[in-house]
Amino acid sequence: MRDLMKTDLIQRRDLLKLAGMGVAVFVSGTTIRAVGAQQKSNDSFYFVQLSDTHWGFSGPNINPDSQGTLKKAVAAVNGLDEQPDFVVFTGDLTQTTDDRKIRRDRMAEFRDIVSQLKVKTVRFMPGEHDASLDRGEAYQEFFGDLHYTFDHNGVHFIALDNVSDPTAAVGEKQLQWLQADLKQMKNDARIVVLTHRPLFDLAPDWDWATRDGDAVIDTLLKHPNVTVLYGHIHQEHHHMTGHIAHHAARSLMWALPEPGSVPKKAQIPWNASEPYKGLGFRNVEAEVAEARYKIEEISMAGRS
Amino acid sequence: MKKIVAHTFLVAVSAGLLLELMAMSSTAEDLRKNEQVIHISASSFEFKPSEITVKKGVPVTLEIASQDHHHGFRLSEFHLRADIQPGVMEKIRFVPDKSGKFTFLCDVFCGEGHEEMSGTLTVIE
Repeated sequence: MRDLMKTDLIQRRDLLKLAGMGVAVFVSGTTIRAVGAQQKSNDSFYFVQLSDTHWGFSGPNINPDSQGTLKKAVAAVNGLDEQPDFVVFTGDLTQTTDDRKIRRDRMAEFRDIVSQLKVKTVRFMPGEHDASLDRGEAYQEFFGDLHYTFDHNGVHFIALDNVSDPTAAVGEKQLQWLQADLKQMKNDARIVVLTHRPLFDLAPDWDWATRDGDAVIDTLLKHPNVTVLYGHIHQEHHHMTGHIAHHAARSLMWALPEPGSVPKKAQIPWNASEPYKGLGFRNVEAEVAEARYKIEEISMAGRS
Repeated sequence: MKKIVAHTFLVAVSAGLLLELMAMSSTAEDLRKNEQVIHISASSFEFKPSEITVKKGVPVTLEIASQDHHHGFRLSEFHLRADIQPGVMEKIRFVPDKSGKFTFLCDVFCGEGHEEMSGTLTVIE
């Protein structure tokens, strides 16, 4: 990996300003330096989002380094100049299997690998590959609750489960739990929602939707400072529903085509001339006072 | 004289309406007779048949049954979806109003091969 000077990094960044989204997205190349290292102020912090690691997947044409990509990502996070406050995995930690024992074996292996992260606060969330076939039974044995909240430096994080119900619904019970949680929050609270599937209808025929996502969004719309981070679609994507910004993260196993760009959703084959292309993770710097989030996409491309 | 004209006019109109109603009824009857009933079996991880051809404008009833566990059926182009539970024959009725090839799929995560569980509905003129 090239070791770039910080000034070099800033010049090379392709800054995409997403008007009205309360977010700046930095697309960096092979560098793994954190934006937080240069700009962090007293009321800001940063965390890392990794997603869709699909541990246990095997497919040489899709990712011949299926056993190594997650480990490289862990090493890349450990190599950040300044360690994040925490790391969050937004689902599909493991590749689905109908075999209960293999499911647990994969979860145990995944847990062992990510235990190598230097940062000690690691949050997990399920994806449908982890939790849809047993309604989250195995997942809870290894990683805890399917939905929960936590607070960090003035930001209220809500991890929503839209996967343990195989119909891709949040469900009435969890919706009531969400409403009760939000009722306790001040109107101007800084809220980040973490989900696996998109809450809006991105591409329902590709399973890129949440069946009762409208009800969730209606509930969230009552608060002015809400941002949603999710995974599932294996690519960077940005979308607004009202004033709420939704940002999808890349996968660490395979990339998928843009929604609706091909007749049938299919994994993008590995390109030997551009290994790891489309795979990556992201740093998210929270500027709490401004309720803004700077997202720096970190590509796995070019890593050996 | 005026009364006779009015009466004749009314009779003519009524007869016309009656004929029209009879024609409509006959058309509806024809459509019912021609209703396309298609049985579909859903199991991990396929629909059988997975290729279905129907005629545009003719009512269709899909009778879908699961052979193993909970599946879903989604045909977005016609705003159709259903949960397919074992032991329950799900009937979906619709009239295809456009021709072309349309994908239907299982939208309930059902296992390792879930993402391959789909089929094609072809609507011909």
